[in-house]
Amino acid sequence: MLRYLAHRLAASALILIGVSVITFGLTFLIPADPVRMIAGRSASPQAVENIRHQLGLDKPIPVQYLNYVGKLARGDLGRSYVQKAEVSVLIKSRLPATLLLMAGAIFFEILLGLPAGILAATRRGRLLDRGVMIFSFAGVSTPHFVVGLLLLYVFANLLGWFPLSGFGTLSHLILPALTLGIAGGGWYSRMMRSSMVEVLGQDYIRTARAKGLSGRRVVLVHALRNAILPVIAMVGLDIGIFMSGAVVVESVFGWPGIGQLAWLAIQRIDIPIIMGVTLVAAVAIVIGNLLADLTVPLIDPRIRLR
Amino acid sequence: MKMNALKGAVGALGFAFVLTSAGDVAAQKQGGAMTVTYKDDISTFDPAIGYDWQNWSMIKSLFDGLMDYKPGTTELIPDLAESYTISEDGLVYNFKLRKGVKFHNGRDLVAGDIKYSIERSVNPETQSPGQGFFWQIKGFDEMASGGAQELSGITTPDDHTVVIELSQPDATFLQIVAINFAFAVPREEIERYGQDFGRNPVGTGAYKMTEWSLGQRVVFERNTDYFREGSPYLDKIVFEVGQDPSVALLRLKRGEVDVLGDPIPSANFLEELNDPANKGMIVEGGLLHTGYITLNTTEPPFDNKLVRQAVNMAINKERIVRIVNGRGVVANQPLPPAMPAYDTAFEGYPYDPAKAKELLAEAGFPNGFETELYTMNTDPNPRIAQSFQQDLAAVGIKAEIKSLAQATVIDAGGQGTAPMLWSGGMAWIADYPDPSNFYGPILGCGGAVPGGWNWAKYCNEEIDALAAKADGMAGADQVDARIEMWRQIYNKIMDDAPWVPVFNEVRFAMHTARIGGEDIFFTDPIHIPVHYEYVHAKDVE
Repeated sequence: MLRYLAHRLAASALILIGVSVITFGLTFLIPADPVRMIAGRSASPQAVENIRHQLGLDKPIPVQYLNYVGKLARGDLGRSYVQKAEVSVLIKSRLPATLLLMAGAIFFEILLGLPAGILAATRRGRLLDRGVMIFSFAGVSTPHFVVGLLLLYVFANLLGWFPLSGFGTLSHLILPALTLGIAGGGWYSRMMRSSMVEVLGQDYIRTARAKGLSGRRVVLVHALRNAILPVIAMVGLDIGIFMSGAVVVESVFGWPGIGQLAWLAIQRIDIPIIMGVTLVAAVAIVIGNLLADLTVPLIDPRIRLR
Repeated sequence: MKMNALKGAVGALGFAFVLTSAGDVAAQKQGGAMTVTYKDDISTFDPAIGYDWQNWSMIKSLFDGLMDYKPGTTELIPDLAESYTISEDGLVYNFKLRKGVKFHNGRDLVAGDIKYSIERSVNPETQSPGQGFFWQIKGFDEMASGGAQELSGITTPDDHTVVIELSQPDATFLQIVAINFAFAVPREEIERYGQDFGRNPVGTGAYKMTEWSLGQRVVFERNTDYFREGSPYLDKIVFEVGQDPSVALLRLKRGEVDVLGDPIPSANFLEELNDPANKGMIVEGGLLHTGYITLNTTEPPFDNKLVRQAVNMAINKERIVRIVNGRGVVANQPLPPAMPAYDTAFEGYPYDPAKAKELLAEAGFPNGFETELYTMNTDPNPRIAQSFQQDLAAVGIKAEIKSLAQATVIDAGGQGTAPMLWSGGMAWIADYPDPSNFYGPILGCGGAVPGGWNWAKYCNEEIDALAAKADGMAGADQVDARIEMWRQIYNKIMDDAPWVPVFNEVRFAMHTARIGGEDIFFTDPIHIPVHYEYVHAKDVE
């Protein structure tokens, strides 16, 4: 187990180095000059070059990369070009909201997705199955802002059950988390269904049924343990995806998450923030996957980590 | 030396008059709070750095400069200065500072603060986008290049006197000391916070910032030591950021927020405008803004004046105004109507596709040509570009639309790779209300360099010389002659037709009935978008 962990961590480090190279390289592909954006419209060519020099953007690219990585190793993500604030401070300020929304979204995804998937699998081909699949399809395909605005209009504006916008209390969290949960839940139910259908067809399930176990016990105890494995991997991925922010939902609900920060930074080509957010998201994806892989053997004792 | 007698008292009298002309004077009391929403988080409150329409007026509420503008107008008044004199040759400005002005940290403002603050904006280490505005101060080149540590042209004989010497006369100089980049900041706080000063602003302004939760809200509270007696009205302003404009609109209708900082969303605009329930809540005002198409004058076919004139006649501007829901007026010259030197008699190019075709034929393009039209990719700009595309097709010009991110379009314009560029979403909103501000960087030779903002790459040496001459006319008796000269400059430019001026934006601001103040304070030409110091809460006991 420890050896496995060490191996995985080493691999993760390699992945992150790769990500840092790619992120760094991408900023050179942006067809615009960030220095011009900082310098303003009445800047002289000399003023522009001055700023380029101060930011170290006139150095050879490998030198720039080493500077960047050197700072990174000390936990320094640099300062925003536009806001001049430290990127780490900006990202940290968005973390609580981002983590909370992630937790809420995954909660609703599981709450909606798993039971729906299980029900559909056990009633395969019947009306309920079709109904669940249609709903999940709709959930997956409807854009976030449509679901979000609809929920907002009905439950916040008309019924007044939830606040229209903001962050702070549990009631602020429910609608944005539900919006993400409806879309993600669609994926989860489809994944759960197909995985469950496959497991239910296996010999050991037939054996369990033959032993005379109740249908519910067979599905929820014997089959679920196996069928849920791909879903856990999906939760691991979701952790990474939500860490990079849910731009649309954040903007509809005025949620101060990382997505809004990233979106604004892209508008203003504020490269240090774009790089910082990308890196944080990459780290989160690596951690999410690692967590998922570590969780699997707890559920399925046949899988051992080596 | 001649006195340019503008005493602080006269200025105070000036806006007392503005206020008494408002209908609800009796109801105005200090106190109360207001909530304003914005879609985007605020970037910074550092006056040397902040340069977007959202933080522009907020910075004006937190900080002050030597000069300001009479609320709701483009007329200069002394602010931190109590009075000033200008030397006969227009080269030496002597400002007497108001006494008893305190920074939010309790320290008295002294002349050295003014010198320090302007020098901070010029210092290349600050990376201020406003550096270039101070070009006329003696010693600018030495300091801007990183050689000198101070501006030799600014001296402080005593704590209440600032003397600024120019290297050449500049009629716009009083506007320059009224611009945010010249606002007074306390050195000790800059040294304390360094680059984080933008999140920990300390000024002399009517409000002080008391809270900033990144991405959520900013709170301004009344500065009880503010030097203007009785100002501001509100005790507290809460800015909620990250708020979607359509949701903010719903919240405004429920009374949860008071002012929409962003424009009313297009989809709701006409409905809200025509809703009798909103009477008195939507106010309208012109911005110092012009939306224009630039035509790259250095490359064929737009290096031909006839072609540029033809395009000017081919564009149906009325239709564009309809596309923006009537939130604009048709433009026929670079300057917006509220700007001095705007020529009301100027007729511009008529919308006349038949004439446009004739001109094209005369220029050697009887069958038109193919070209590219760059536009920023956010609504309504692509729709506007499509309308241009149709108009151009009608006279035989096939324009391919390049709809791209803002920074990319600006880069294409700067590099001169955009034959046609629609300025919407990036267009010029004046830094200060003077005709010269619409010339230099966007129509002058200085801006027609790689990376410059003169996207037409238009450079007419004769006009450049005229512009320099006009801005040298700094005498008080030359004001009218100077304005007349600028009027002619823009007429000449329109004859060369490097731009197609399309429309001037009109701002429609929405606020709850609870918040009062003259309409102009919600659409102030200088303190855009809202003059936070002059609006008030009606429900204060």
